[in-house]
Amino acid sequence: MTALIEALFLQAGYNAALVAVGAALLGFAAGAAGTFLFLRKRALVSDAVAHATLPGVGLAFIAMVWLGGDGRNLLGLLAGSAVTAGIGLLAVEWVTRRTRLSEDAAIGAVLSVFFGLGIVVLTVIQTMSSGRQAGLESFLLGSTAGMLFQDAIVIAVGGSLAVLATWVMRRPMTLVAFDAEYAAANGVNVPGIDRLMMALVMAVTVIGLKIVGLILIVAMLIIPPVTARFWTERSQSLIWYAGGIGGVSGYLGAALSASAPDLPTGPIIVLVAAVLFLLSLFLAPARGVAAAVFRHRRFQRKVHRRQGLLALARQEPIHDELTLRVLRSEGLIRADGVATETGRAQAAKIARDERRWDVAREIHQDTGLTGRYDGLTPIEEIFAPDEIAEFDRRIGGPRAIGEGL
Amino acid sequence: MSEPSVTLAASGGQAAAQARPDAALSLRGLTVSYGEKPAVFSVDAAFPAGQMTAIIGPNGAGKSTLLKAALGVIPRLSGEVSVFGQPLDAVRGRIAYVPQRASVDWDFPTTVIDVVMMGLYRQVGLLGRLTGALKARALSCLDRVGMASFSERQIGQLSGGQQQRVFLARALAQDADLYLLDEPFAGVDAATERAIIDVLKSLKAEGKAVVCVHHDLATVRDYFDNVFMINVRRIAEGPVATTFKGETLNATYGGRLAATHIDQLNLVEGA
Repeated sequence: MTALIEALFLQAGYNAALVAVGAALLGFAAGAAGTFLFLRKRALVSDAVAHATLPGVGLAFIAMVWLGGDGRNLLGLLAGSAVTAGIGLLAVEWVTRRTRLSEDAAIGAVLSVFFGLGIVVLTVIQTMSSGRQAGLESFLLGSTAGMLFQDAIVIAVGGSLAVLATWVMRRPMTLVAFDAEYAAANGVNVPGIDRLMMALVMAVTVIGLKIVGLILIVAMLIIPPVTARFWTERSQSLIWYAGGIGGVSGYLGAALSASAPDLPTGPIIVLVAAVLFLLSLFLAPARGVAAAVFRHRRFQRKVHRRQGLLALARQEPIHDELTLRVLRSEGLIRADGVATETGRAQAAKIARDERRWDVAREIHQDTGLTGRYDGLTPIEEIFAPDEIAEFDRRIGGPRAIGEGL
Repeated sequence: MSEPSVTLAASGGQAAAQARPDAALSLRGLTVSYGEKPAVFSVDAAFPAGQMTAIIGPNGAGKSTLLKAALGVIPRLSGEVSVFGQPLDAVRGRIAYVPQRASVDWDFPTTVIDVVMMGLYRQVGLLGRLTGALKARALSCLDRVGMASFSERQIGQLSGGQQQRVFLARALAQDADLYLLDEPFAGVDAATERAIIDVLKSLKAEGKAVVCVHHDLATVRDYFDNVFMINVRRIAEGPVATTFKGETLNATYGGRLAATHIDQLNLVEGA
């Protein structure tokens, strides 16, 4: 526990602090850049892009060794990964546009072919004399053991640029994601914006290779915006919410993995993000599962309460168990089913409101107000007191139950 | 209008419409195809400024395709488009498009007022601020379609008719001179239909051109000044009074309209 607290406050050593800050920055960038990917419903394209980075990493290593340099230079490896990721992305686009294959088929093909090629290249590197210690397989799932200050700088700069570009281009990207035809009619270059979205995804993928790895980066792009969607109804705030959720996941995940030996950083970050997702799924106020169940229950009780009271007013027997329970729990009927004093008053009121509505419909034939009748909203919320008085005048004096309605 | 009362094109392309100066939107030889099968073939058209025109034709006749190709939403195989006598890209700001309601995801995280503000994006650019004055303008557009009190709703909570009104408000926010609407009355309630047609007629009164893809032949006569009849090729175009007749309808719908139906359309034999 103390280890976790130390890690949370960046006191768990230089490397752990560097990883935590880097992971938070990466999480923020991935969440923000992933927002429009999610809104455009192209989440899986990023998976193809991510897997297409692998051959680039290997080929860049070989190229750098041939040129007599250090094959493990991070910037060089990332540049190589960006090249093949870009080719993979263009391949998905080309297959989708030029053939009759759908995008999911194109994604499947590109993802597996590029990943296979990447594994072959890595195997070849294993046979090279300088290749044994390359440790390139760490790009699959990320490895934070030897993270350097300059690696953190790469993440910070690349991530900031991705977030900045997302913010600057938020309007055209919103248009394209919401309504591509309208965007095109407004002169927005839709394929260009789509390519930009993917370029942002590619940038985040590439800078995330070190910490999260190419297999799990798609989670960092998608889980934060999906989670954020539970908390906001506006696309522009979604960018920041998703960034925040991604950043928190990165930071917490890195701290957790630093607090115990041999916990892998990338997978832990993804699991933290998944926990935030589950919490939102159940607990979010408007869109969460719990809120939906609660709303449904409350609505159901309202309907049963009204039907029960109407039955009381009409002196009809009630058989429905739930109706009886609702009426009993509100003290409207006694345990033996006979209406209480309150129950009688409420029943009279509800029966009266029904008659008021009948009159209202006669008077206000075309105002749209009567369209708001649902039997549940109190009539006082829809009509003013003087209007209701007018309805009552037309109905006649108040009557008690049993006088005949 | 010194137009001939009816222009029945024997085959598309022959009656090459000159780019008339009074045309808000004119098309020449417009052809669009999905694969090898043309959806719209060599269509000439001139939609007059200051008037309301209905594009009618059977399902699959290329009505929506014509509109989208004219706007560059889908690529055209050949043909030219000019708007107020100028190439499309020079006058984008003067055109407002209302797509079909079914074309978007209504669970998208956006509110009614945000959708209307989308109509201002082109004007404010990437970084321009959406000022209070612009928001007030968006609200007044919502008010025009009777939706001002819904401005903060998430769009998925609206009825179909309300969604259509919001789309119209977004187009109004663009303050355009040419309004192109794709089936604005499809699947909306009677009150919305009335609200929309009132707005469109007020646009016409302001001198704007309105072009609607329209499916309800019964209302063509009440709502529109002109009619453009298409079935892949252009069949006829002209004022409703002289063009909207049994002869042209038969040519457009290829006998798919029952004779009794045509009778019910209350066609005036004239010209």
